[in-house]
Order: sequence, then structure tokens, then C-alpha cells
Amino acid sequence: MSTPSTQPPIRLEFVLNGITVSATVSLVDRLLDLLRYQLDLPGTKEGCGEGECGACTVYLDGLPVNSCLVPAYQVRGSRVDTVESLDPAALQPLLESGATQCGACTPGVAMTACWIREHPELLETHTVAELMAGNLCRCTGYDGILKGVEAALAGRGAAS
Amino acid sequence: MNRREGLAKLTGRERYVDDLKVEDCLWGMTVRSPAPRGRIREVRFGPGVDWSEFVVVDYRDIPGPNVVKLIESDQPVLASDYVRHIHEPVLLLAHPSRRMVRLAVREVEIVIDPDPPVLDFRLTPRADQIQYKSDNVLKHLRIEKGDVARALAEAPVVVEGVYETGAQEHVYLEPQGMLAYLDGDVLVIKGSLQCPYYVLDAMTHALARDQHRVRVVHAPTGGGFGGKEEFPSAVALHAGLLALKSGRPVKVIYDRAEDMAATTKRHPARVRHRTGVDRDGRLLAQDIDVVIDGGAYVTLSPVVLSRSIIHAAGPYHAEHVRIDGLAMFTNAVPFGAFRGFGAPQSQFAVERHMDVIAERLGIDPIELRRRNLIREGQTTATGQVIRDGVDRVAVLDRAVELSQYRRKQAGYATFNAGHPTLRRGIGLATFYHGAGFTGAGEVYLNSKVQVAGLPDGRIEVLTACTEMGQGQITVFTQLASDRVGYAPDDVIIAAPDTARVPNSGPTVASRTAMIVGHLVERACDDLRRQVSEATARGDYLKRAIAAWHEQHPNQPLVGEAVYQPPPGIVWDEEHYRGDAYGTFAWATYVAEVEIDLRTYIARVIDFLAVQEVGKVLNETLARGQIQGGVAQAIGWALMEECKWNNGAMQNGQLTNYIIPTSGDIPPIRVDFLEVPYRYGAQGAKGIGELPMDGPAPAILNAVAHATSTDLRSLPLTPERLMEAMSS
Repeated sequence: MSTPSTQPPIRLEFVLNGITVSATVSLVDRLLDLLRYQLDLPGTKEGCGEGECGACTVYLDGLPVNSCLVPAYQVRGSRVDTVESLDPAALQPLLESGATQCGACTPGVAMTACWIREHPELLETHTVAELMAGNLCRCTGYDGILKGVEAALAGRGAAS
Repeated sequence: MNRREGLAKLTGRERYVDDLKVEDCLWGMTVRSPAPRGRIREVRFGPGVDWSEFVVVDYRDIPGPNVVKLIESDQPVLASDYVRHIHEPVLLLAHPSRRMVRLAVREVEIVIDPDPPVLDFRLTPRADQIQYKSDNVLKHLRIEKGDVARALAEAPVVVEGVYETGAQEHVYLEPQGMLAYLDGDVLVIKGSLQCPYYVLDAMTHALARDQHRVRVVHAPTGGGFGGKEEFPSAVALHAGLLALKSGRPVKVIYDRAEDMAATTKRHPARVRHRTGVDRDGRLLAQDIDVVIDGGAYVTLSPVVLSRSIIHAAGPYHAEHVRIDGLAMFTNAVPFGAFRGFGAPQSQFAVERHMDVIAERLGIDPIELRRRNLIREGQTTATGQVIRDGVDRVAVLDRAVELSQYRRKQAGYATFNAGHPTLRRGIGLATFYHGAGFTGAGEVYLNSKVQVAGLPDGRIEVLTACTEMGQGQITVFTQLASDRVGYAPDDVIIAAPDTARVPNSGPTVASRTAMIVGHLVERACDDLRRQVSEATARGDYLKRAIAAWHEQHPNQPLVGEAVYQPPPGIVWDEEHYRGDAYGTFAWATYVAEVEIDLRTYIARVIDFLAVQEVGKVLNETLARGQIQGGVAQAIGWALMEECKWNNGAMQNGQLTNYIIPTSGDIPPIRVDFLEVPYRYGAQGAKGIGELPMDGPAPAILNAVAHATSTDLRSLPLTPERLMEAMSS
């Protein structure tokens, strides 16, 4: 049985939600583990551990990724943003449309939703339903989520 | 009112069990049986591990009876000398490092002397496969009304059909998880669960501790759908045993692979119909056999079977009905509670069968249903007289109208005649769902609710009902604040904790809003009577509560309500006769589908759900329940297939057990009709499970129409559709 102690620990620094942090990780730690169990940010959830459900979505250098598929060492020098960084006011349309029920997929849904909101040009080539298809939800049937994203996009348009 | 805990969920601030930071915590894991049946010859601990670092628990560490207490006492907490299904728990390990415990689990070998397993519930078991009583039958139930044999013999036409449905995995997005720790002499269990008092009952029994030395606390739960009804008791026992042995807090958190391999799923079922009809399509006799796969332990199968057979005849009236139900023992991982609880399986069969009958008689399927829907004063299969003021034909007609069924039907016929590779179709299902526990179940539960008046005049609602996404916190807030004229913020919903909330029953069976919600209203009234008059409201009531506390310093002020059955409800458990449910919700769902003849993929392109639900308490939450249930049922109908090998699920990961994404779900239009139910909160009926019943038959009826193919089983994967269309 190979144990983690046989591998040298890796020290790294990265920018987490706007603040530079440092951590020591092992070769097999996932970004998800680092965030949840070492840096006390349990908002990011594990739904499947294999990149299918999207519950662990975070932004890595501005792009949404499944943090269960990212080795922790890979974020050295990068910028990572988690659900904890989102502006609650931006999430109000999702609350009102019924986008969250049990909440286990919700942090990932919120991350993807806000990313779409910041990149409305994506809608020139994709529908909201296509863009949200990487976030599995077992409660809502997706209508509440899609309506919430659309409302958030409309609100953004109205605000700007 | 918006979901009360919604913003906490959206911003990632809600703390689920695995989000709790616990000092000095160990990670627990379960070592499981590698075989579906056999005697445990030996447990071998691998040489490469320093086992002194680990806490190891086996059956000898269980202080009380080695039983997960439920209906029967047949399921061990940890197998001692014999295993009855693959992945059955045998041993528990705990270690401060999660990775170490994961690696160590693989280094334990459970050596089994195999015996022949039963792996197909549809086959008659051989003598050497008998493992439960004399015939492997876990439960046999029968409903009889009139004289079916005679009526079938005399019927001008008899239509037969056999329908099959597969297992379904819940895929709540948060896997099972429990935290256990000792607080002095009290063993505290905190975790993802639907029924705190079920867990408490199982803990006190197997751990031989009295109620005061176990405390079960509900953590925000990331979906349940029935999967966290009975199963969490075992997880809690495992965490509790490790905590007792180690003296340290222990988390047992399943990953997705363990969850899908080892937890319950929807019961596979086989339903056979023989139906006597006259030439006009009137149902004369329904002869129905329902067989479900129970798996290796009894768990909840008898009650699932009960609900399955009660719903098996559909929302129709026939003078002569016989329904036989069998729950079979097999060496499968035990099947368990799942939204709908047996009714989706049997209503898939009857609603698909109605279209088969219509086809055989050359009658329009809508007209066939219209002629047979239960009219006011007619009876169900159990002889329950339906007199609720609901016009069931109007529910059907509304769905036909809103879906523009006739226009679509004609349009698709034209489309299909002209398109080389696509086929489109429309189909529907009419169905019903009884809310609350079956028969005298609610009386036995004897649910209790408390509403406390606080010194500052606010109130606190104390129930054992759990929030798992369905909206219990929000709906109870609404019901209490409406009742007493308070702002929602002045109503506190207590976290379910068996040390402080009364037993208001399990959070299952679409009973929370309707039954427990009604108790919340009555407990509010009881509180008001103690401080003022029963109609006191708003600031007046607040001042009265505050004044009471000034007069009774340091005393609790608690209003209470205990379940009382609606008058005239009579159920004969022995003969399965009488009023099976206090009330039913009624529905017609319409599905439109498109099939690609090159890939045999069937897609739902539009969906309409019309239902009579008593009263909609919260439009957004109610719509979310219906849409979510429809989506889960679309998955069951078309894509979710458990592949089995030697009793083990072969595709136990989300990579190859496919659930619907936002790209797979059509717009789901929801329409509510309201005929208030007198004994439900504000007139509401239960709606949580209803939407699981109707989509599968509506979709298969639509595909059958589109492809002119007789379809009899779920899930209708592309492979199945190709086979059916080629034969």
C-alpha cells in the first residue's frame, strides 16, 4: 500500500477569491479537497468526483472547471474563485425563479449561471439550456434554473 | 414567499454534514461483501497496512441486537457469518486520514464460501435458492372486489398485457453521510436524512441505549427522494459504532461510487393485466398481478407493495377487480423507498395497458379513459367511495385542450408521413396518487407538533419534518405566519433534533405539507387559546404571548396538536378494503416525443402536467416539485438503466448511469386545479410523489403512437426501442 507520506509535499501560492493564499498539498490532492478540507471553503460541493455533475464548479483563471478533476498543485500561481466570492445580489433572480431546492448542486449552478451572465456573447452560439448542461440537478427539472439565468441576463442588460 | 434558506444555498453558506468542521474527527468506511450470497469463511487483513492505526469494528462490537430495526428484524447492521447480497456491510474501519482509510478498505479480503444466489425475481426459485420462508415471498397482498373470474369469463373482450419497469437510482446530489460523536454520555448523530425518529429507533435498538442517550440531529439534506428514508439508519449505526469504539467523532461520508453500489433503488416490477371490456370500452373486470423485486432484506418492500397494488387499477371504476401483489426475496442489494413508492410501477402498467386496450378495440384512448374515470360516488379497487368534488373528466379534458392534443395528433401524422428519419407523437396518462400513509398508517404514527410562544412574542414551530429541497421550511413558515398573522421572520422553524422536537412522523409519502402542515395550524390555535382567544393575531397575539411570559417567568409556553383521522375513514387491513387514503390528487399528463430512426433515440419535446392538488400553497415551490418529479420520471422512462452483474450494479457512476441534463428536458408546463381538501393545511393535498407516476406511461404511449410499436418495458433506451421496432 503506497502511502501519501512517501511522496514529498508540494508548497504552492495562488490567489483565492482575490486574496493570495499558500498551502501545502500532496500530489494526489484535488483542488476540491484543498478548498473544502484545508482552506475551509466548503461551499464547493462534491457530487460525483468524476467531472460529470458540476457541483464542484469553480473558476480557474476565469474559466469554469470541475475542481474534482483539477490536481491541487496545478493552481500554483493561478487565480481561483469559488461560490463564496459571488455577489448575493446577483443571485436574487435565481432565488426568485426557484433555481435551488436541495442546494447540493446549487453552488455549481450559481457559478455557471454567473459566468454566463458575465459572458452574454456565449448566447450567440449556445442556448442557456446547452450552457447549463454541465450542471446536473435532480430536484428542479431545470426550468427554475434556466428561468433564473434568463432573468439574471435580462437584469444585467437593464442595469448596463 | 421565496425559499427561506434559498440564498444560503445559492451562496454556498448552507452547511451539509460533510461541510461541518469537526476537531479530532476520524473518517469511517465500510468493508463490504464481494459476493451475493454465501458463508463468511474468513476476514483477512492485508500485510502492507499498520492496522494498529485503525479503529476496526465488526458485529461483535454491537452492544444490542445486530439488527437495523424497521418493519422486520432481518437486516444485520454488520454481517456476522453469512452474506445475502453483494456490498453487504461486514466490517467498519476508521482513521484520521480519509485517504488512508480508503486504501485500507481495499486491503481487507472477505473470503466467502458461495451459495447459489437468486438474481431474477421473475423466475421461480429452485430449492437451493430458497432463503425466505418456504417460497422467497417477502409479502403477499390481495385486493378483491366483486367476482373477477366470472366477469372475465363473461366479458366480450379480454385484453392481456405484461409490463416491466427497471430499477432506478435516486441520484440525490449529496451522497449519504453521517457524523457521530459523544457529548458526555449522549451519542449524537448528525447527518443527511429524512426521518430523525426512524434513525433514533434503529440506534436505541441496536446500540442498546435508551432514548436519552441518543440524539439525532438533521443536517441540511441535499436531496432524498426516499433514498434517505430508511437507508440512513444503517449509515448512522455504522458511524455510531465507530464513534463508540474510538471515543472520537467519526464521519462516514459515501462517495458517489459507494452510494450507487450499496444503497437502495426503486423496486423493479413486473405487472400482468387481464382486463375484461365491453365493445364500448367499459372496464368490466381488472385482473392484475404485481410482482416486485424486494432484494435481500424486507426493508420497506411490504409497504411499497401495498401502495403499488392500491394504485394498480388506475383512477378507474370497475365492478370486478382482483389485484395480487408479491414482493420477492432476491440476493439483490435491497430495494427501497423512492418517490412514488410502488405507484409509478403499477400506474405505468395500467396506463400503458389502457392504450393497448384502446388500440385493440379501435377506440380513441382519451375516450376510453373518459368512459372509465371514477365518477363522484363510485369506488376504487379497495371499495373506497370517492366523493371529493373533483371532476376527473374535467382534469383530462383540460389537459387535452391545453396541449392542443387533437391538432398535434393530426399534425404529427402528416409530419410522420413526410419525414424520412424522424417520427413525432403525442400521448397521455391519467392517474392519481394517495397522499399520506396508507390505511391506518397515520393513526399509528400518531404525529405530534408543537408551536412554542417565545418571550418576545415570536413563535417557534417544532416538528421532526426535514428540509431536503422540497420546501418544508418555507411552507411551514407560511402556514404558521398566515395562521397567526405574523411576518415570516417572526416564525422560527426549529432544526429537527430528537432531543427537542416531538415525533411528527417521517418526511415521506407526500404527507408533510398536507398532514403535518395541518397540525402546525392546529398547534398555532392551541398556543393562542393558552394566552388569548383562538383567533388572536399579529401584534395583539405577540403582546399576549409576551404578557404570559411575564406572568410565568422561565416557563415554556407550548401549543400542541396530535393527529386525528378525518371522520368516516375506515380501513380493513386484513382484507385490504376501505379508505386507503384520506384523499387523492388527480392528474393528466401529456407528452410529445420525437424519435430519430437513425439512432432510435426518443426525446421528449414538450410536456404538459395538469393536476388537481387541493390548494397550491406556494406557486414556485409547487411548480418546482412537479417539474422536478417529471424530469426524474423522464429519466426513468428513457435513459436511467441499472445494469446488473452477479447482483452488483455495473454502471454505478454518473459517467454511465445517465440522468437528464438541462439539454434533455423539454419545457414542462404546469397547470394546477384546486378543490380544497378539508383536512389538509389550507386545503392542500400532497404533491411530492404525484409527478413521478404519470410521465413514463405518457411518454411510452406517445412513442408507441409515433412508431406504431407496442412497447411494454422501461427504460426505453435506444437499444430497447430498436429491438421493439425490429421485431
